[in-house]
Amino acid sequence: MGGEHEHEHDHHNRPLSDPELRVKALEQVLTEKGLIDPAALDEIVDTYETKVGPHNGSKVVAKAWIDREYKQRLLQDGTTAIAELGFSGIQGEDMVVVENTEKVHNVLVCTLCSCYPWPTLGLPPTWYKAAPYRSRVVSEPRAVLKEFGLVLSEDAEVRVWDSTAELRYMVLPERPAGTENMSETELAELVTRDSMIGVAKVVSPK
Amino acid sequence: MNGIHDLGGMHGFGPVEREDNEPIYHATWEGRMLALYPTTAVLGFYTIDEFRHEIECMGATNYLETSYYEHWLHALESLAIRKGIVTEEELYAGHTATGTTKAQPGLNAADVPKIIANGASARVTTDVKPKFKEGDMVVVKNINPSGHTRLPRYVRDKLGCIDRDHGVFAFPDTNAHGAGEKPQHCYSVYFSAQELWGSTVSRNDSVYVDMWDDYLVPA
Repeated sequence: MGGEHEHEHDHHNRPLSDPELRVKALEQVLTEKGLIDPAALDEIVDTYETKVGPHNGSKVVAKAWIDREYKQRLLQDGTTAIAELGFSGIQGEDMVVVENTEKVHNVLVCTLCSCYPWPTLGLPPTWYKAAPYRSRVVSEPRAVLKEFGLVLSEDAEVRVWDSTAELRYMVLPERPAGTENMSETELAELVTRDSMIGVAKVVSPK
Repeated sequence: MNGIHDLGGMHGFGPVEREDNEPIYHATWEGRMLALYPTTAVLGFYTIDEFRHEIECMGATNYLETSYYEHWLHALESLAIRKGIVTEEELYAGHTATGTTKAQPGLNAADVPKIIANGASARVTTDVKPKFKEGDMVVVKNINPSGHTRLPRYVRDKLGCIDRDHGVFAFPDTNAHGAGEKPQHCYSVYFSAQELWGSTVSRNDSVYVDMWDDYLVPA
């Protein structure tokens, strides 16, 4: 669809790629028709680049580690408990939180596309949306986790959650040792995105 | 649809490749494409299920050879053309032929935070009786629709157990084809890894898959 513009006389510009041209055309035509507002697009682009991200989810985790009753609420009704902290909305309207323990290790995937809890984790990384992870983590989770540097004992129980519906999942990782005296804020800083997907554990502070 | 997108359990894709410090958008156009989703979704000319199905219909090699946001681009172009929102000629030209068709965009910049925060839950408040309850043993139907389904091949005909009832949700298999929401209960269903993958995998492992009433029969 369309072709690449060839700026043969101007070697400082590289040609626009096919997707760039097509997205520009789509945005331009929809804007001219009055259907979309480019400023709304700007706002959305910025929101997911700078405002919404795993720092949200790490606050949920830290609070659950510190506040036993919050943790109960979180595991019972993830949507409401997460919304208590102000995180809700697109691709996170209906949340389920699953807890990692010494015995049980949960890991998330969407084999069919890329479903992921945006309000708590932001946009998913490319590897989560690509064929290797999506195909393998349901059938050989331990091999995939090993590629991430996570080796689990044979006794441990691995549970893979395939987000085939509109429920969005989040892992509550185990609180690491050596964090007993840390504040909620300090704890949140330890929590990584990968630990909330379940491909990593939260590491004890040095 | 038994399409290439239904990847669970496949072999041959190699190791998981990760990019260090991966940017949110690899190019400006990816960010614009992301934003085109909520800004056009509010216009109501497609459901999320139709959008996914459009991607599923891209063709297997095309799907594998294109990037993630190119899938979204394909879906939105196809839907916008088929639903008469834009024409192919307009997209080629990069300009509208017909001029403004709407006085107000579907989503203004000022409304964005609210729309993002509210989202669009697929939960339906209709009171529908569940067919199953927690602890019930179920068998997954062996359906192979050529249209949209969220029933992956790797669980069909398998024996599972209802782990929890999530409540009543719209049903994608109908919602993707203009056949309505057909609200019904959606469950998290437990499958032992050995049930799915044979006796060589760990006895301790399991896969939980979200499924609607229409995908399941009592064991």
